[in-house]
Amino acid sequence: MSPAEQAEVTRSARNGWLLSAPALVVLTLAAIGPLAIVGAYSFMPPGEFGNVAWGFSLEAWQGILFTKDIFDGTLAWADANLTIFWRSVKLSVLTTVFAFVVGFPTAWFIATRPPKARAMWLFLITIPFWTNLLIRTFAITEIIRKEGLLNTVLLNLHIIGQPLEMIYTDTAVFIGMTYVYLPLMVLPLFASLDRFDMRLLEAAYDLYANPWQVLRRVIMPIVKPGIIAGSILVFVPSLGAYVTPRLLGGGKNMMIGNFIELQFGQGRNWPLGASLSVTLLIIVTGALLVYVRYANRETRHGQ
Amino acid sequence: MTDSIAVEARHVVKAFGQGDTAVRALDDVSVNIRTGEFFTLLGPSGCGKTTLLRLIAGFEMPSAGAILLEGADITTLPPNKRPVNTVFQSYALFPHLTVAENVGFGLQMLGRPKAEVAATTARMLALVKLEALAGRKTSQLSGGQQQRVALARALAPAPKVLLLDEPLSALDLKLRKEMQIELKRLQLETGITFIFVTHDQEEALTMSDRIGVMSAGKLQQVGTPKDIYNHPVNRFVASFIGESNFLPATREGDRYRLDCGALIAAPAAKAARVTLTVRPEQVRLAAAGDTDAIPATITNLVYFGTDTHCHLALSDGTEVVARLQSPATGDAGLRIGQPVGLRFVPEAIQVLED
Repeated sequence: MSPAEQAEVTRSARNGWLLSAPALVVLTLAAIGPLAIVGAYSFMPPGEFGNVAWGFSLEAWQGILFTKDIFDGTLAWADANLTIFWRSVKLSVLTTVFAFVVGFPTAWFIATRPPKARAMWLFLITIPFWTNLLIRTFAITEIIRKEGLLNTVLLNLHIIGQPLEMIYTDTAVFIGMTYVYLPLMVLPLFASLDRFDMRLLEAAYDLYANPWQVLRRVIMPIVKPGIIAGSILVFVPSLGAYVTPRLLGGGKNMMIGNFIELQFGQGRNWPLGASLSVTLLIIVTGALLVYVRYANRETRHGQ
Repeated sequence: MTDSIAVEARHVVKAFGQGDTAVRALDDVSVNIRTGEFFTLLGPSGCGKTTLLRLIAGFEMPSAGAILLEGADITTLPPNKRPVNTVFQSYALFPHLTVAENVGFGLQMLGRPKAEVAATTARMLALVKLEALAGRKTSQLSGGQQQRVALARALAPAPKVLLLDEPLSALDLKLRKEMQIELKRLQLETGITFIFVTHDQEEALTMSDRIGVMSAGKLQQVGTPKDIYNHPVNRFVASFIGESNFLPATREGDRYRLDCGALIAAPAAKAARVTLTVRPEQVRLAAAGDTDAIPATITNLVYFGTDTHCHLALSDGTEVVARLQSPATGDAGLRIGQPVGLRFVPEAIQVLED
């Protein structure tokens, strides 16, 4: 390469950076900045009236898993915190799995409609997005509360003798989150299935695959990008969910999101809130890495 | 080839749609396809040939009638329960699998042991000369290579019958010629019954043991390529396969009088009013005043290299084409407008009664 050409390459690289400067500024201010502040807070001692005090402390990180006895200062496992983590992960995984189980047939149904009807079905799927999440969650409350729609109907049909205790349980949170995040599973699945060449189904049947094998060996591997995208879109917000567990889980059945809010609010322990936030981020990243790696290994060996 | 029957269609009807708008894609089709033969379903698009193939594969159920495989009724069996495999027009290779995995798919689904799947896959890849590409993804292959993978994949489970749905139509001319020879070789080597669907008459004539000519949902004629070409049963078959001259004629005793007045000897027919048909290569030119020749005038001459098509008009205006071998000098001494005489090779005249 001649010096002139080299200079040209350097110049175009510099121009490229300059052109992306606005995006870089926004990214720094909007994404990395707040994250850095949260990260820094997690290493500071709590201030007296909320806020943080200047200094360095690992107490917030300790507080994620351990509680310090106020009298003798000994450490013990923070069972309450562990329960919250476990509930968050469990409910998010359940929500993701159930959203897939319900979402896949739904997406398949839509993808196999004639093009005109397809648009209509997709439109129906997006309708819930028109209403505020809070209002939709209250609507669910109305359905599953003790004197709610579901119990009234079941009681009047004499299917149950006692009203079912659904609201303020993990089940209620699970139902609510599945309802809220289902469209986020259906849409990417549909996008994948829409591109799926239906003629491959005939080829697979012709080569002696039974319907289950067709699904498992042909459809699922090919639409896997959609399954991964949908699962991520459901799992990530589920793990950090706030409104749904707050309204449907009551005060007791907290998830990580509620727990974090508690620290920044009534708890007045900003550093703990910050360290919990970072922990949530780490759990999400870890889960995604494991999931994507597992999914890719499936591709390589999934003959 | 033996005389046993591989596939039998019995009075098969397939209607699409309902009530008055229903279309009969197949209208009472019956055919016997012999074990080990290369049978071609030939016809224009929309004639029902692909529908018949899909019924044999099991992708569609007939509205009436039955499909038998080696004497057993398979009419209601789903495709995965029929020992029949298909080479699709679009190939329909699995994009997430390698070439070898595609070829082994059928055997895997049949639950064969891994070693057998691997061995058969290797043998099939060798058969279609794709050993070197076993590990490739199918999207990295050319059209011709994809075609070979599709063939190997369909042959690997050793089906009783192989169905081929216009498999060569996506290939360019040169590749198509190669694959025609290749297909014929595969059929002879494997001994499997091939049912081949095409709209290309040349393909059908060169490859088939027998041809079934279809039109408008009906099987018009079944026979060897020579039968079909030399003894077409009706005007459709005569015009769809090769070129033909059609001469309206009236029976007079055991001979036929053409509309131009000439009398011609031809096989007997029942109807009084018939159409005589003669292939262009069976038309001979004679001198203008020849007594036993039919007078005609040259209206056009088209040079094709090996032969020249000489378009002639009879005295009543009927058009006849004669295909003449080009002489060594390149000039047959013919001119447009020149009066000549023409003769038909007597045994080449066919009588159509429709």
